[in-house]
Amino acid sequence: MSRSPLSRRQFLGASGAALVTGLAGCSAGEGGTSTDTASSTDTLKIGVLEDQSGNFALVGDPKAKASMLAIEEINANGGIDGKQIETFQRDPQSDNQRYQELTRTAINEENVDALWAGYSSATREAIRPIIDRNEQLYFYTTQYEGGVCDEFTFAVGPTARQQLGIVLPYLVEEFGPDIYTIAADYNFGQLSADWVKVLANENDANVLGEEFIPLSESSFGSTINRIQEADPDFVMSMLVGANHTSFYEQKASAGLDIPIGTSTAMAQGYEHRRLDAPAMANIYAGVNYMEEVPTDSNTGDGGFVDRYFEMYPDAPYLNEEAETNYFSTYMYKKAVEQAGTTEQPEVIDALESGIELGTEEAPEVPEGETIRLDGATHHVDHHMWIMRADDEHNVEAVENRQIPETFLSETAGCNLPENPEQTQYTPVDYYEEAE
Amino acid sequence: MVNGINLALQFLDSFAFIVLAAAGLAIIFGIMGVINLAHGEFILIGAYTATLAVTQLGLPLVVAMLVGGLVTGLFGILTERVIISGAWPNYISQQTLGRDIIEPLYDRLADSMVATFGLSLILTQGARIRFGNSIDQIATPFGAISYGEFSYSTYRIVLAGVSIGLLLATYYLFTRTDFGMRARATIQDKETAQAMGVNTDRMYMLTFGFGSALAGLTGALFAPVITMQPTLGDQFLVEAFVAVVVGGPSVVLGTALSGGVLGAILATFSNLYGTFIGRIALLVAALIALRFLPDGITGFIEQLRQRRQESD
Repeated sequence: MSRSPLSRRQFLGASGAALVTGLAGCSAGEGGTSTDTASSTDTLKIGVLEDQSGNFALVGDPKAKASMLAIEEINANGGIDGKQIETFQRDPQSDNQRYQELTRTAINEENVDALWAGYSSATREAIRPIIDRNEQLYFYTTQYEGGVCDEFTFAVGPTARQQLGIVLPYLVEEFGPDIYTIAADYNFGQLSADWVKVLANENDANVLGEEFIPLSESSFGSTINRIQEADPDFVMSMLVGANHTSFYEQKASAGLDIPIGTSTAMAQGYEHRRLDAPAMANIYAGVNYMEEVPTDSNTGDGGFVDRYFEMYPDAPYLNEEAETNYFSTYMYKKAVEQAGTTEQPEVIDALESGIELGTEEAPEVPEGETIRLDGATHHVDHHMWIMRADDEHNVEAVENRQIPETFLSETAGCNLPENPEQTQYTPVDYYEEAE
Repeated sequence: MVNGINLALQFLDSFAFIVLAAAGLAIIFGIMGVINLAHGEFILIGAYTATLAVTQLGLPLVVAMLVGGLVTGLFGILTERVIISGAWPNYISQQTLGRDIIEPLYDRLADSMVATFGLSLILTQGARIRFGNSIDQIATPFGAISYGEFSYSTYRIVLAGVSIGLLLATYYLFTRTDFGMRARATIQDKETAQAMGVNTDRMYMLTFGFGSALAGLTGALFAPVITMQPTLGDQFLVEAFVAVVVGGPSVVLGTALSGGVLGAILATFSNLYGTFIGRIALLVAALIALRFLPDGITGFIEQLRQRRQESD
């Protein structure tokens, strides 16, 4: 199939305009082209590819919605530097191949100025080569295992070292040093489990055992037995996806009553709302955000939660990644305004200058504090929270503080403005105990 | 000793999961020659119906589960009339066009796969559009039993009992009742059965409905222990198809035996080496069984029996 010199968008835009002007009785051809060239300078285009069906729909859908909320707010307040934001939004159906196709479409045919895409780390790694080949500015907004040092990727969600870094030391202090790890069996789970070992070592704790569970598994009888056999002080759980959610109900019905620390449960898939109490009792989530985070700009009158549910009254929950999509859209806005252009190299330079956001744009931080994008690593020094669910599944904050990203900046020495690269560093390369 | 109890309980758990996952599929595939790729979505219908009956209507759990099975059975009959046998569309087309428009899908394996796969996509996405990405879940009843430092969910053991009960009931239905005799006659020799006065059309419909009801009941029984979301049926498919293929032509005995053999393998390997290895062992066992027992366990038993009769 030969490619027409006219992109699909231009064609649709032109023919749409042609139709309108045609109806108005004007000369169709001329009207079409002039409208199109005028509009392309007044707008900029953002690509949003988030799962709204398939295995990750539950966690991906709030991401898409929060992006739309930010975009609508920005457009209502005059856009970015006077430019209205257009969106290219599609549902990749939790399918990495669809992601690759849609990423190519977004870059080559839609010419997006910035791209937000993907829930799982497997998805990110599937599209990152396409991103890098096309030198496309890309925001990855899921909490993840960490270590991506890529000149075109801004991994602005919290990393495993930040999430586990707040919750694990707390649980060692509260309950004792013996840990049992259960994690999903793919790159995210494996690397997160390595981080548990690193953090256990730093906090004088020890990992009694670990088990990696295929994403398709939903029976946890033998896993529960193994945990009971090892008899740890607490469990670290990095289970992922709908099938794994069954673990929490099954451990509760088996009478396994043990504190669980997690970087994945509650904040993303709101298990404390979906499951009958007390399945999630005594679970401690290390997160940068969940709907219950008690900052004024979040739960206060007219706050982030209010605005989100005003726009989406039927939405079930406002999750961790949704906030990351939200604030990163504002980070992009600030960077474009600072650069004075949507040209991607200049916008990346502006982002690398260290954009800061306050509580209004980033509801995870309390009043008076900020979160900062670290230009050297393209990661964010997040404000982290430990959120605990009680017997009735009420969620309360037990601790919060800023936790900077340190693995890339201090351990791996990632400095993208000086040394552009496209690597993912893993803890095994730097810590003996992670092997 | 304690690990022996662990192993025994895990065996019961795996056995119940495999038998219940496979039961409805085995009847529809084994008896009617229809590969129902929407089997997982029939389980979904049962699970959602039972859950919603508890959370929205406030029905007691046991009643809600029976309702789940019943609703799925009715949906199965609807599916059979509209898609599998095409009786209703054909009735309409006879009135309007004067000819049939649908050729029944019985014993057309590949065609039935395509049709039911389409149905499964419609049902999954339909559930997502209607109920969202998840629905609120009911808690697991009965609590847990403890032994030593271990404990196990009582409900999982109850499930093993229920699965055996369902197998016995199915066996009784197909061998000891009038309905069962007519159904088996229809399947063995449709023309002769018709000549003997059996309404074969209705037999196909009811058998499909019964298989569907079993799938729905499976979903309802597992509703408290699995996550309620539109693709929940997928997690049953591997076990279901493996069990049906390994079990072979005899539906009830085949399902029971493959549940026993595969359950033992799954439980032993996941107990000793973890969930991941357990899953691998299950699939390797299925591969070996298919290579050396292409007709399944009951096909092999049948061969042995024939050989013994010949040597006598």
